[in-house]
Amino acid sequence: MALNNTGHPWMALSAPGAIEDMLAEIGASSVKDLFAQIPEDHFRKAPLDLPPQLASEMALKQDLLGKLKKNHTCEDNLNFLGAGVWQHHVPAVVDEIVGRTEFATNVWGSYQSDHGRNQAWFEFSSQLGALLKLDVVQLPVYSWGCAIGHAIRMAQRLTGRSRVLVPQYCDPERLSVIHTYCQPSEMENHIEVVEVKADPATGQIDMGDLRDKLGPNVAAVYFENPAYLGTIETNPADISAAARACGAETIVGVDPLSLGVMMAPGDYGADIVTGPVQPLGVHMNCGGGVGGFIASRDEERYVREYNGFLVSIAQTQREGEFGFGLAAAHQNSYGSREHGKDWTGNSTYLWAIAGAVYMGLLGPEGFRELGQLILSRARYAQALLDDIPGVRVLWRDTTFKEFVVNFDDTGKTVAEINDALRARRIFGGKDISHELEQGQCALYCVTEMHSAADLRHLAATLTEVCK
Amino acid sequence: MTTPREIQTARWNEPVIHQLGREGARGQRFPAPEAELPRVTLPESIMRTDRPDLPELTEFEVQRHFLHLSQMTLGMMGVSLFGTCTMKYNSKTAEYATLRPELAEIHPYQHPDTLQGVLEILHDFDLILRSLSGMDQFVFQAGGGADAAYTMTAVARAYWADRGELETRTEMVTSIQAHPCNPATAAAAGFKVVNLPLEENGYPSLDALKAAVSERTALVMINNPDDMGIYNPEIKEWVRVAKEAGALIFYDHANFNGVMGKLSARELGFDACMFMLHKTFGAPKAGGGPAVGAYGCTDQLAPYMPAPLVVKTGDRYALDDDRPKSCGKIREFWGNVPQVVKAYAWARGMGAEGIDLASDISVVANNYMDHRLAQIDGVVRSNPDITAPRMEMTRWSLAPVFEETGVGTFDFANRMADYGIDPWWMSHEPWLVPEPFTPEAGELWSKADIDLWIDVVAQIVREARETPDLVKSAPHNQPVAQLKGDVFEDPEKWAMTWRAYLRKFA
Repeated sequence: MALNNTGHPWMALSAPGAIEDMLAEIGASSVKDLFAQIPEDHFRKAPLDLPPQLASEMALKQDLLGKLKKNHTCEDNLNFLGAGVWQHHVPAVVDEIVGRTEFATNVWGSYQSDHGRNQAWFEFSSQLGALLKLDVVQLPVYSWGCAIGHAIRMAQRLTGRSRVLVPQYCDPERLSVIHTYCQPSEMENHIEVVEVKADPATGQIDMGDLRDKLGPNVAAVYFENPAYLGTIETNPADISAAARACGAETIVGVDPLSLGVMMAPGDYGADIVTGPVQPLGVHMNCGGGVGGFIASRDEERYVREYNGFLVSIAQTQREGEFGFGLAAAHQNSYGSREHGKDWTGNSTYLWAIAGAVYMGLLGPEGFRELGQLILSRARYAQALLDDIPGVRVLWRDTTFKEFVVNFDDTGKTVAEINDALRARRIFGGKDISHELEQGQCALYCVTEMHSAADLRHLAATLTEVCK
Repeated sequence: MTTPREIQTARWNEPVIHQLGREGARGQRFPAPEAELPRVTLPESIMRTDRPDLPELTEFEVQRHFLHLSQMTLGMMGVSLFGTCTMKYNSKTAEYATLRPELAEIHPYQHPDTLQGVLEILHDFDLILRSLSGMDQFVFQAGGGADAAYTMTAVARAYWADRGELETRTEMVTSIQAHPCNPATAAAAGFKVVNLPLEENGYPSLDALKAAVSERTALVMINNPDDMGIYNPEIKEWVRVAKEAGALIFYDHANFNGVMGKLSARELGFDACMFMLHKTFGAPKAGGGPAVGAYGCTDQLAPYMPAPLVVKTGDRYALDDDRPKSCGKIREFWGNVPQVVKAYAWARGMGAEGIDLASDISVVANNYMDHRLAQIDGVVRSNPDITAPRMEMTRWSLAPVFEETGVGTFDFANRMADYGIDPWWMSHEPWLVPEPFTPEAGELWSKADIDLWIDVVAQIVREARETPDLVKSAPHNQPVAQLKGDVFEDPEKWAMTWRAYLRKFA
């Protein structure tokens, strides 16, 4: 047992004598006596081999910053990486609110004692519901890929069918998660994942191939708008109509920041809508800021299939007062263990609060302004890059914030180009040459963070390194 | 025993954000597009023509609104002895470090040369967890404890598929007392769940385990000690029985706080384990994540783990994504990296001696609570025949008070908040003990905090006898009064968004 001679700032009972006082009150002669349940031969034999204790805040801070400062940031470099984590502006008020210790706490609380947090959660769902034009929004799950996985499993339970159609151009990270959720083929409830071809001329879903693959055994059609490679499905209502005609659910993935300028998925026949929450006021955090939402119409057949927390407004015992609690809670795994809908647990609920603050700050005009700015800057970048000898933008002028750039005619690989850009303090787009079978290609992401001057700097630097 | 005083929390009567503001108010502006930018009009078939029905507020109005909401959140700002979740101090030093651009503004697809600092922290923390568990490799991709349990089921699928036995190894065996995430994730992964009942000594019998485990068993998932505070002394035999049947056995280390530095999952024979960084390792749980279930396993299982893994070659750190036997991704990217950094900071701040001391304190403090709670007439310890000291938490029952007064554990939870005490944890499903509650002190709280908590329980027991309606109508001093529960299962009345509320009630 540990030697207790110096108080530790994180442990009140580490003060000298505190443990001994308690032992005396209990009537135990030693700490060891209290571990009597554990057989002697269960205690570990190998001594702990940990780096030295840094009990002083100064020493700990020095260690953390000494390490972290070895990173090169997207603040100090011009970044064009996206693909699941995107660099957007995070308003200062969002950081203040999510940093509040009442929210960033360990505790779960109750409907009344933690009313404020529950209201913030409801306001996340309410504002996102307004953007999506859907009445039910669940608190976010672990990631967008996980949200799609749950949505597909919802569709399997709703339809009793075990095949899902996904676009050929699917983010490999998300697709890998989808495969995990759909289970290996040996399992009884395995869901077969079938890819629908893209139209090579547009990057959009090939409607002919979609119709060929739709049938009475398809549980759901999944597509994204904008899609992984930035392309916009310009006739999404045709896709959902085709799915509905076969009795399949339509699952859509959307970028919430597109919804000030792009049609709400609730308006083009989506049944279940998923998407990332990181764009809504969460820093990139090296990928540790992701979360995924799931939404649908307010029909009981959908509500009864959600896996997680649905926050409903409710009246209290005080006249005219409202509070918030969990609807349909018994169907989750806390209530029903292995009979619950998939499973739930700690998720990414702090990011629901971030999203509530973010959407509250932007309002309808902010979303419109932001969407227009992203569109304009991304299209400007496409024009600049397409002008560089040897550089070609695929599906130009049909995308939202991401787009594919081909470098075949430069005679250089994306890896070589990105190395050269990095030496010039630019993080080039994600190398997707091995994914696409379209030659040497990179996926560039342009957001509101990139000024016209930044984009000209990118173009000038690319011109130089592609020579 | 002293008589605790009631508190009064903030009550701002704060409207829903949709009810605030006015048309044209702005909380955030973006730069005007530069003159040289093209004006872009999307095709009509995809263009948004309506204005999203979002509130319109100024920046200060948004800030004030959410500050009001934070002030109407008790959030452990009194005393919380919330069992199974291990309330800890969440270091602001660590929090602020993760808000710096060196972590907040980095992208996981950056070249590893530009991410050496964060990779070093992940690598070093992996080594810390290896030492604490004896395992050979950790991964942080899982977004919580339940997701780490799911990781285990996915690793088990890949392991059995690789051996051509996935079609016959179809069952997962666990205890009825195990956290619901174990059976739930196994079922979602496609396994059939076998639950073992508890015997009089508080844990499932070896005979029941032997009867349940067979050549059909893919995996055994078990926690120890459990939420009753009972340690299964036969756990080494459990491992032997599982392995004789060829099954994998997983240690759910949710209740690690009382045994950290004392037990090694590997030395006990387990194939894999998980730690909750948002509980045991001092990262904030934030009301439900972002969290991390750190999953660790032996070299035998490591090829099947989700990728990428952090590797060190010479003095350089890199990501290993070339793992052909990997089970595939559990979640995009590497996990909730800021939480891993906070957990690393906690482990460094504590050191081996601090971690050992913290588990001592957890167990001493819990036994002190047990000692004082036992003096309150009307509350009883679960499994009263087991007299051995419990571990870091104990399941108690309010059944005698409930039978005498009709005041139950939900009523107590609501009333506690009136004294600044976060409502207690009752029990996971199924409730094996009537009117349960489960306190856990951990190493954070002072003797005065623990005494206050127990004094509040004693006070509410008195109130239950003398003024039961006062307790049953609680809370009285909170931001809102007790909720009416009629809407939550009624499709005509539930409203998960403001637009649904307006449609149903406006």
